Amino acid sequence: MQKIEILIVGTNKPIMETIARLIDKEEKWLATIAYTVEEALALCRLKDFSLVLICAGLSKDEENQLSLSLKQLKADLPFVKHYGGGSGLLYAEIYQGLALQ
Amino acid sequence: MAQTVVHKANTRGVADHGWLKSYQSFSFAGYYNPERINFGALRVLNDDIVTGGMGFGEHPHDNMEIISIPLEGELQHKDSMGNTATIKAGEIQVMSAGTGIYHSEYNADAKNPAKFLQIWLFPNKRNVTPRYDQILLNDTDKRDEFVQILSPNAADAGVWIYQDAWFNLGKFNTDVTKTYNLNKKGDGVYIFVLKGEIEVNGQILATRDGFGIWETDSFEVKAISDAEFLMMEVPMEF
Repeated sequence: MQKIEILIVGTNKPIMETIARLIDKEEKWLATIAYTVEEALALCRLKDFSLVLICAGLSKDEENQLSLSLKQLKADLPFVKHYGGGSGLLYAEIYQGLALQ
Repeated sequence: MAQTVVHKANTRGVADHGWLKSYQSFSFAGYYNPERINFGALRVLNDDIVTGGMGFGEHPHDNMEIISIPLEGELQHKDSMGNTATIKAGEIQVMSAGTGIYHSEYNADAKNPAKFLQIWLFPNKRNVTPRYDQILLNDTDKRDEFVQILSPNAADAGVWIYQDAWFNLGKFNTDVTKTYNLNKKGDGVYIFVLKGEIEVNGQILATRDGFGIWETDSFEVKAISDAEFLMMEVPMEF
């Protein structure tokens, strides 16, 4: 089964690992973590992600830079800001984000 | 003309984990309803019942204003900022999760269930330094008034959060009518009935019904019976 690949970008390692684990619990989804904007953009050049979740820890400038660069790099790639840090809102954010494709 | 939305109590999402029964006014965890994502900055309104001695093990949060209002019983809170506390009915707890925190929350009573509202608001600022606060609400026994329990201002009544939001509790005797004047243009108010029956803008609301109203500067709340309710004023655009 081809999995839906989701890139999550943020700096809080334990929270990023929790979010990745929650995403990977869904059979059809696969999470990849990037801890910096540069890492996120490099991964986007290598792989076709279906969604980017912008998690906690990036500065406002970094979030803006990531959003702008993603638009230039892959105009159709949806990205959404993640809130909450755990399972509460994650699934709704992913369903809504994937619907933007 | 005012815009409104009604969420009857029996249309909420329900999660039953044995130790936790959660009635969810908006999409949360396994409950996903694209028509029920949020009301402005109000994203989560969970009406939770936790079995005696059970609770939420350590789990993370980030970038969210999290408010807990115990209705019955006591909750034991512990977090990664070093806070250990018990909160009970008549108190309110707030966490600004910001860059990230871990916490656990257990029913402090081994036998009796704890009932509480878990409310999440989108913050007006991402990645703030996490903070925790809890206070005793002194005026919750006042009847026939809107009693403010939360605002954006540290110097104002109740707790404060990183969002332009105002929460009020109401305990009204039968037939009392009061006008609520919104604090800010562009805000909406989500009313959640804790007990009894009220009428807002011609809509009769019973226990655990939710009602959102926006595009208005004020509205009347009338108690059809002795009633208790929570009013959450939040920005509709944020």
